[in-house]
Amino acid sequence: MTEIPKEEYLFKCTSACAGCSSSLVLRYVLKAAGPDTVLVMPACCTSVIQGIYPNTAMNVPVYNVAFAAAAACASGMSASFRAAKKSTNVIVYAGDGGTVDIGIQALSGAFERRTDFLYICYDNEAYGNTGMQRSGATPTGARTTTTPGGKPDTKKDIDRIVEAHDPPYMATACSAYPHDLFKKVTKALSIRGPKFIHVLAPCPPGWRYPTEQTVEMGKLAVKTGMWVLFEREYGKVTINGPSRAAMIKPLPVEEYLGPQGRFKGISREAVDALVSLARRNAKRLSLEEEGVC
Amino acid sequence: MLTIATGNKAVAAAVKQVSPEVIAAYPITPQTEIVEQIAEYVTNGELKSQYIPVESEHSAMAACIGASITGARTFTATSSHGLLYMHEMVNWAAGGRLPIVMANVNRALGPGWNIWAEHTDSMQERDTGWLQVYVSTVQEAYDTTLMAFRIAEHNDVLLPVMVNLDGFSLSHINQSLETVDLGDFIPPLRLPHAIDVKNPRGYGPLTGPEDYFKFRWDIERSMRDSVKVVESTEKEFFRRFGRSYGFTDDYQCEDADVVVVSMGTLGKEAEVSIDLLRKEGIKAGSMRIRWLRPFPKLDLKGRDVVVIDRDYSFGYGGILADAVRSKCRADPYSVIAGLGGQEVTYDDIAGFIRGRRPGEESWFGVTPDV
Amino acid sequence: MYEIRIHSRGGQGGVTAAKLLALAAFRDHKYATAFPFYGAERRGAPVVSFVRIDESPIRVYSQIKKPDLIVVLDNSIMDVVDVLHGLRPGGKVLLNGTLPHDMKGFQTLSVDLTTIALRLNLVVAGSPILNTPVIGALAKMGIVSMDSAKSAISEMFSDDRNVKAAEAAFQELVL
Repeated sequence: MTEIPKEEYLFKCTSACAGCSSSLVLRYVLKAAGPDTVLVMPACCTSVIQGIYPNTAMNVPVYNVAFAAAAACASGMSASFRAAKKSTNVIVYAGDGGTVDIGIQALSGAFERRTDFLYICYDNEAYGNTGMQRSGATPTGARTTTTPGGKPDTKKDIDRIVEAHDPPYMATACSAYPHDLFKKVTKALSIRGPKFIHVLAPCPPGWRYPTEQTVEMGKLAVKTGMWVLFEREYGKVTINGPSRAAMIKPLPVEEYLGPQGRFKGISREAVDALVSLARRNAKRLSLEEEGVC
Repeated sequence: MLTIATGNKAVAAAVKQVSPEVIAAYPITPQTEIVEQIAEYVTNGELKSQYIPVESEHSAMAACIGASITGARTFTATSSHGLLYMHEMVNWAAGGRLPIVMANVNRALGPGWNIWAEHTDSMQERDTGWLQVYVSTVQEAYDTTLMAFRIAEHNDVLLPVMVNLDGFSLSHINQSLETVDLGDFIPPLRLPHAIDVKNPRGYGPLTGPEDYFKFRWDIERSMRDSVKVVESTEKEFFRRFGRSYGFTDDYQCEDADVVVVSMGTLGKEAEVSIDLLRKEGIKAGSMRIRWLRPFPKLDLKGRDVVVIDRDYSFGYGGILADAVRSKCRADPYSVIAGLGGQEVTYDDIAGFIRGRRPGEESWFGVTPDV
Repeated sequence: MYEIRIHSRGGQGGVTAAKLLALAAFRDHKYATAFPFYGAERRGAPVVSFVRIDESPIRVYSQIKKPDLIVVLDNSIMDVVDVLHGLRPGGKVLLNGTLPHDMKGFQTLSVDLTTIALRLNLVVAGSPILNTPVIGALAKMGIVSMDSAKSAISEMFSDDRNVKAAEAAFQELVL
């Protein structure tokens, strides 16, 4: 059983929505990182969750930066700390929009240059802070305010894009599995170089489900196989327990899609597209883990 | 048809009627309702545009440029950091002589993050070759967006037009809106330099020191010619639809001893200050500047001038005050107010006028006795 | 000019109530503006909306400091927000349902909007719709005419239970 430190770095005065995944995720990320940490944050929900001047809800320094700039800013900050022989954790904490869309250039550059930092993307599959518009991370068929008829395109696979940069460590996680997230952040921070953790962050106002079901939603994502928990350490894939179980006996995908208002009225084709994409990715990870490819 | 709408929805309603072929946009508070409403129109078939949900504002303007050079009518909307992020391409659009129309919802710049009204964002684009207009009511936002397309696309202009509306103060306020039956008010777009594979040209290649300046002069010449086009467009709009606005919105300026110059919603609220001051026996007037580019001729001779800047140029001064000072040879009392959505009421504006100190600059909330 | 401040929680439709009221005022041939106070609003957090109604065009954009009327759609807000702040002497308060609260001598009216909504099954995503019945209550108070209130509601909502809810609130509000 993982020993989770009691020290809190996220105080109670946040402006998070009831049922917010990000505040749950951030709590465990900061517990794993400890006080010698700087968060670099582009525009995202947490820009507001952190609190409004003159308050801050975080007990670590938080550097807010322009939307496109987070990973580049982290590059500079990390270079400076390391030159001064400081081992301070530099953690980019960004939403999906700031990662897969407007932030992707900086992300790619930072990884290509082997910046020593941890990039955490908490993914609520839309531009949450501006009112739930579609992002590149929005899945097929999901209704957002700019895809009122359901998104026609697929979810951009940021994990494969990051993988192509050959980072020493990358992983997926989910707000419903905080211990797993804690372990992954701890492991990532013990490795030098660019690290990436992609956290599924169910979002009550965006996904349109009751606020008390956030953890349930995250568990369903994993148990239906729609989200796979895995790690890739120096190129070697490990599929984590709950996803291993889901591969053997996945729950029907309707159990995950059904309770979410954003998928209301989703076409059969879109559901099939979502499922086949998920199965294909899972299969590839499986084969990779076995060493077949 | 009299209905109710916010500034954002009014812009979207105008865009729907104008029906651009391509719309590329990226969400940013407080512009989001514009793109969301447009997405809804496109989804339910009311608007037959290609709607491109781009991955950043730089790409939004780049996509509009790509569409526009094929001869398509295009539109985008942004705000604050989004506008700044597309700055390079904003320049490109004007230099490329493209009649793109953009709605900018004026918002302050970070850090710290501030989502409320301020004009510094569009002021920082004032040198780019875009025409710029600032509106103060929902009706004006709608009417001006319609006129913007006609002006931009006029053969004597062929420059992009930025329609500015105050974040939250106008973008999110519900006021009455009378929509019009456009008819042929906006003729079809005929871009003379549109891409034509039968007549292939190179667009914007390396241009040396002996030639480049001529293209820059070309932009300025069109900017000067646009004055007549703005006038005639407004005249035609008035003829067909019964409303006109002008380069400046003057309220009781004719016999005024002191005129307050400002832009956006503050310029409307200033009229209430004028009414108050007139009751006190002070002959004040309000001049709300609508068109910032091309900058209009202002009639300010022989009166005291108070300029309210909802913007600032650090190390220099209020940008509007500077323009008034140099263009009108006036010595204004420059008040910096409303930054980051700072609340400025008609009482405050009346106070600026009563307490004016010509030639000085005051920061509301900082300088004592402003 | 008549100025109204509406208190609600994010997601309860307070902003729409303001818009409905303004639209009803247009139908009464008056001028009106309606706008929210946009803070970092999150679902469940207290939200404030404003309405101005006047016989002549409204040129004021700054916040309403001294409202004539306060409307509270969710009385639990009164535990965290001083809803009476700035209310003019002689100003009125309209509450959703009654709660023992010190109303500081201001004339307070109340109608159970929640029960009206639930009775008509006027519920969306688990929340009773309060913004249409409240317009009926405001019509009873004379802020807008009932005809215009019903007209505005029908323009914005196709489900006629909304008009029925407004009519019920009109009936049930005791002046």
